[in-house]
Amino acid sequence: MNDLMREHSVTRLSKFMHRLDPAIATAFACIFLLLIIGSFYSASFLSPEYLLQQLKVASFLGVIATGMMIVVLLGQIDLSVPWSVAVGGMMACAAAAYGPLGEALAIPFGIACGMAIGLANGIGVAYLRIPSMIITLATNAVAQGLMVVYTGGFSPQDSATFAMRYLATGFLLPGLPNAVLIWAVVGAATVFVLNRTTFGRSVYGIGNRESAAYLSGINTRRIVMIAFIASGALSAFGGALLAGYASKAAQSMGDAYLLPSIAAVVLGGTSILGGKGSYLGTVAGVILITLLQSILSVMQMPEAGRQIIYGVVIIAMLLLYGRSPANRQ
Amino acid sequence: MKEWRYRLGERRGTVMAAGIFVVMFAIYVSNHPAGLTANVVQTAANKGVLLAFVAMAQTLVVITAGIDLSVGMIFILTNALASWLVLGSPLETALGVMAVLATGLACGALNGLIVIYGRLQPIVATIATGAVFFGIALLLRPFPGGSVNEELADVMTGKVFDLLPASLVALIAVVLVIWVPFSRSLIGRAAYASGSSEIAAYMSGLPIRRAKFTAYALAGLLASIGGLFLTFFTFTGEAAFASGNAYTLFSIASVVLGGVSLFGGKGSAIGAIFGALAFRTIGDLLFVFDFDPLWQPLFQGVVLLVAVSLGAFALFRVRNRLEWFG
Repeated sequence: MNDLMREHSVTRLSKFMHRLDPAIATAFACIFLLLIIGSFYSASFLSPEYLLQQLKVASFLGVIATGMMIVVLLGQIDLSVPWSVAVGGMMACAAAAYGPLGEALAIPFGIACGMAIGLANGIGVAYLRIPSMIITLATNAVAQGLMVVYTGGFSPQDSATFAMRYLATGFLLPGLPNAVLIWAVVGAATVFVLNRTTFGRSVYGIGNRESAAYLSGINTRRIVMIAFIASGALSAFGGALLAGYASKAAQSMGDAYLLPSIAAVVLGGTSILGGKGSYLGTVAGVILITLLQSILSVMQMPEAGRQIIYGVVIIAMLLLYGRSPANRQ
Repeated sequence: MKEWRYRLGERRGTVMAAGIFVVMFAIYVSNHPAGLTANVVQTAANKGVLLAFVAMAQTLVVITAGIDLSVGMIFILTNALASWLVLGSPLETALGVMAVLATGLACGALNGLIVIYGRLQPIVATIATGAVFFGIALLLRPFPGGSVNEELADVMTGKVFDLLPASLVALIAVVLVIWVPFSRSLIGRAAYASGSSEIAAYMSGLPIRRAKFTAYALAGLLASIGGLFLTFFTFTGEAAFASGNAYTLFSIASVVLGGVSLFGGKGSAIGAIFGALAFRTIGDLLFVFDFDPLWQPLFQGVVLLVAVSLGAFALFRVRNRLEWFG
């Protein structure tokens, strides 16, 4: 009886270990490692307040990386994140200047602008068959150009609405920042969509082999387009939250989110070739990146050192488990 | 007669890019208040040559069906380095130039090693190495500054025989020394072949890895020549993040305008050079037509968007829908 139970628990454990992606395990191990290293530098590193603060900072990246993950699952990439984020923040703030109605519609308007960028990306990738890397760079440049014309080259003057500030910095539940709550909601919705809906399963299918998905009767082009629209919307939403966090939008606010969002997704075990990956991994990747940034700033590392360490860590971790299979030799 | 047609077909992208450039430049010059003088050509050449070097760098990698999103950062890094090293006596300056070029070559070689032997996707790998290169540039030049051997800079940005811009002569020399031997060598043909079909190239026994590695390394070298010229033009070094990103973006735009296929295996660096010159001229057109310079980024973005969308015309030739998925 006892043996049987032990055996049972062993198989469950091994099943769990089997399901657990080695990449996700590595990512969580690295998070622990970073926490230990951080606690050497500062005693308050392991305090709940500090960790909650980190989680709050991570939630902005988390929302943006969610959109990136959906696109990467398709085997595509979205390089228009920097200006989708900036457009989301700037347009939300711009709408706020138009009276109470504008204030109420600020966040939806920002998201709608991000969706427009995503729509352009989606049409380019899905219907015109332009490589996603190229078309998203181009729409990024166009979005930048539009914003430069809009602001006249100066930093934007409009400030964030109360709703944006509340979502980014307020507390609906005592002790739990709203930003974290939003990330949790976005994350739960993404997990549901990816695992329990036709759309989500189609995303995985297309990522594995688009022609097979097409032959199975999936409208692959529509799915790809919707995925890019979702990515644009989430980037813009992240931008609106960031604008609320800083009380106003800035021209280059999105630049710091391109590499981290790709890195978070890829470090979380999502294959850059598409078709494989789980949201848990992205969560681990986002926390990992945020902790890394936090430790580097606790160490008072100058920007130059941060960039170098950042790039080296990402390459090193990718070399650990992000390599494509050797197809010959 | 038939052979002549094949040769033209192979060079169609290059010829079209040259055509676009000639038309654009003609419009530019005819609307320029000074008209076609040696000085106007010199200014245009000095602006265009920088992008032309970076675009050549991008071409080498794109031919192998890869992409190098760190070319702009190598360009910035070598600019920052040159503002320290390319100084002093002729010997010191010469050594400095060698060191700058060697740095570019090393950066490119690092990309190549990571992509080929690390088996990472070129997009992610070069974004990450780009961050490293930018970090080093920032370490070298936290604030804009430094200087450069002014005599050399004056020679490189001046005119040869009071007529031809020296930068253009240098560009042609680089094409003759690097691009022509590369594209005609076994390694170069292997680079084309591996971009066209890696499996077929492997089955034919071509040195794929060596070819890809050479392409990435030479891309770093070409980007560093661009960085060197940037220092000659500006007399300073600056770790400008936005500028590095812009050059990476514009290099891709130039490559596309120059008729180089982003799927690999097709196109030439000469086409990319014309693409770069045309792209720069398009940007300058706004000035001669008295547009607000604020519109320039938007205009360049739209040009890039239209240029990449033109590739979609190939879809009309698709007979079997499964070909959509490549």
